[in-house]
Amino acid sequence: MSKQMTGAEMVVEALKDQGVDVLFGYPGGAVLPIYDAIFHQNKLRHVLVRHEQGAAHAAEGYARSTGKVGVLLVTSGPGATNAVTGLTDALLDSIPLVCITGQVPTHLIGSDAFQECDTIGITRSCTKHNYLVRRIEDLPRILHEAFYVATSGRPGPVVIDIPKDIQFATGAYTFQKNIQHKTYRPQVKGDLGRIKQAVEMMAKARKPVFYTGGGVINSGPTASTLLREIVRLTGFPITSTLMGLGAYPASDKQWLGMLGMHGSFEANNAMHDCDLMICVGARFDDRITGRLDAFSPHSKKIHIDIDASSINKNVKVDLGIVGDCAHVLEDMVRLWRTSAAKADPAALVKWWGHIDHWRARNSFAFRNSNKIIKPQHAVRRLYELTRDRDVYITTEVGQHQMWAAQHFHFDEPNRWMTSGGLGTMGYGLPAAIGAQMAHPNSLVIDIAGEASILMNMQEMSTAAQYRLPVKIFILNNQYMGMVRQWQELLHGGRYSESYTESLPDFVKLAQAYGAHGIRCSDPADLDAAIKEMIDTPQAVIFDCLVDQKENCFPMIPSGKAHNEMLLADLGDDAGIEIGSVIDEKGKMLV
Amino acid sequence: MNAPATPPSPYSSAIGKSNAESHTLSVLVDNEPGVLARVVGLFSGRGFNIESLTVAEVTHETHLSRITIATSGTPEVVEQVRHQLERLVPVHSVTDLTLTVRAIERELAMVKVRGKGENRVEALRLAEAFRAKVIDATIESFIFELTGAPRKIDDFVELMRPVGLVEVSRTGIAAISRGPEPI
Ligand SMILES: Cc1ncc(C[n+]2csc(CCOP(=O)(O)OP(=O)(O)O)c2C)c(N)n1
Ligand SMILES: [Mg+2]
Repeated sequence: MSKQMTGAEMVVEALKDQGVDVLFGYPGGAVLPIYDAIFHQNKLRHVLVRHEQGAAHAAEGYARSTGKVGVLLVTSGPGATNAVTGLTDALLDSIPLVCITGQVPTHLIGSDAFQECDTIGITRSCTKHNYLVRRIEDLPRILHEAFYVATSGRPGPVVIDIPKDIQFATGAYTFQKNIQHKTYRPQVKGDLGRIKQAVEMMAKARKPVFYTGGGVINSGPTASTLLREIVRLTGFPITSTLMGLGAYPASDKQWLGMLGMHGSFEANNAMHDCDLMICVGARFDDRITGRLDAFSPHSKKIHIDIDASSINKNVKVDLGIVGDCAHVLEDMVRLWRTSAAKADPAALVKWWGHIDHWRARNSFAFRNSNKIIKPQHAVRRLYELTRDRDVYITTEVGQHQMWAAQHFHFDEPNRWMTSGGLGTMGYGLPAAIGAQMAHPNSLVIDIAGEASILMNMQEMSTAAQYRLPVKIFILNNQYMGMVRQWQELLHGGRYSESYTESLPDFVKLAQAYGAHGIRCSDPADLDAAIKEMIDTPQAVIFDCLVDQKENCFPMIPSGKAHNEMLLADLGDDAGIEIGSVIDEKGKMLV
Repeated sequence: MNAPATPPSPYSSAIGKSNAESHTLSVLVDNEPGVLARVVGLFSGRGFNIESLTVAEVTHETHLSRITIATSGTPEVVEQVRHQLERLVPVHSVTDLTLTVRAIERELAMVKVRGKGENRVEALRLAEAFRAKVIDATIESFIFELTGAPRKIDDFVELMRPVGLVEVSRTGIAAISRGPEPI
């Protein structure tokens, strides 16, 4: 069935047909017809952000906390270029977004018209795919295709650039469900022969480990359920990347904690010493592998990924299985059950013995203080005091992000939103806004750094407008702590430009935005202050003044192997001298 | 604990380029605006080599173009190139002709030579031996047209150098599989 309508109306119609209920955007000359079409309806809710980067991250937060597509609408030129960081972020973390950009009218393209930019050229390498709509006849197909491309296979951002004359033009709108793309058909079912082979390898393993990532979460809740099942059935230990936290419950005894640069001692050592690595929906990123030529030297590696190009990209594997995690895990669970496969129990017991030994090192431990708030302690208290709540956590980027990953624990997928691949400071607040739009009655907290939060602070105004009770929990160390840590490690403690002078008064800033401000600097007051934050029905900025010099451990310095971690020295007050570690290797390495 | 010696990863060996080989990839794409930029951008963005690239529409009814790319890299890198290309939405298929089929590769070149006397005679003689055609001539120059495998063209160009090579224009490689089956 087709209906005559304008291009602008088609945009709104298509979004509704795709089940979109919220979009994030910012108007401008080249999208006015679409904004007019939005004005004429009341099914689609538009959230007016304060910067287009905010729209993109908000759409990401919405997408990651719901499993649906995040949608943003921005104008041509600066609107589009402002969205680029968010699009790149979504590309690197495989988040499904549809971004509609306005463009100057077709006949002006290429003339350096007002607010013209080559959006397609600029976003070609930071989107999964992009479209310039040249004819109104193509618009309905492109709109729906964009949703298909954004969600199928490895998800990612898709841009639709719509010139203004196309928005005004009239044409026939059609929508059929489940369109087949003529070329793009990712493989979702894994090859059964290979899965069988994987099961055989697993049954022979003596020191196995599951290494899982964001792909499990992208695959949907079924994948998480199946992951839990295969881990329980096999009795193998499991670790995950930063992006994969929550797919497997952190409270379970088979859970080793996060791996990688700031991962746990037991997770990284298990990765290094294992004889079989089963990678599910992760991509052997450099923050995970450390020094590549010393990465898990004695293991056979199985890699399950929906993106064939991820397999053998950084690390050569013995068995690659292209497919969607949920589909492959389903077959794996079934084959494991029917073949009554079982890894050698004695070997497993011995392996767990090793792991328990590493665990006993308690690598996330830190020296607490009753004089000054330790950032790790603050995260732990936040976790404990929100445990019985329905919580979504976002973060900014830096030490606080790593402490959040280490000390806040997730038992469910889609609860944890962080900028992993791109490491975008300024992600957390808009992402929290997106998550809160999707879950109006949940507790959404952005665990932030004082430097990062200033990058998209303007979005507090968005939170105020839509009465979104997001909580910003700033671990304020007055430093770009992660930068400071690296300067300590690599540059003789010369803290070039990593200290922030003239920070705003965050409590007053909260008030200026119509939110509630809380400041806490005494460990004795922390619990009460956190409770106050939780109980405040509106948005809160919590300025938590923490130890300025705390470093984030454990750490695999870049260029080092998994078994060359730096661990926090809990013994003496001075903490560890990381500036000399690189030279006097033996002193700190395990 | 010292890290035991292990073979370097495919990635680090790629940087050394020690075992780089040339491969010809045949990429069937939708002939839509920007598709070439996508393919070329992928190569530059990920640091892959392009040694030669040709593109033309091959079926007008369905608007399909064939892009033939000669690239070089370790087998692992070439496999990466193929998978990365397959990921592009308008790409229908990618075939590594070097790996999968006995392919015929051809290139056309036009070669301008300038000279007098003995050099001129020698140039003509060599052209004849290579079955190159004279497509333009003046008192002091020739332009030869030559079709063949890229190696043959390289050889011809080298031979023309001492007899007065001025410049060369080459089309890049077109390739197709032998026998009745399509690529
Ligand atoms: C947009 C952007 N610019 C720069 C960086 C580099 N960078 C990484 S962490 C960091 C410091 C973050 O400081 P803060 O938000 O205070 O967090 P902390 O490390 O102190 O917890 C910087 C500058 C980045 N990740 N993103
Ligand atoms: Mg800081």
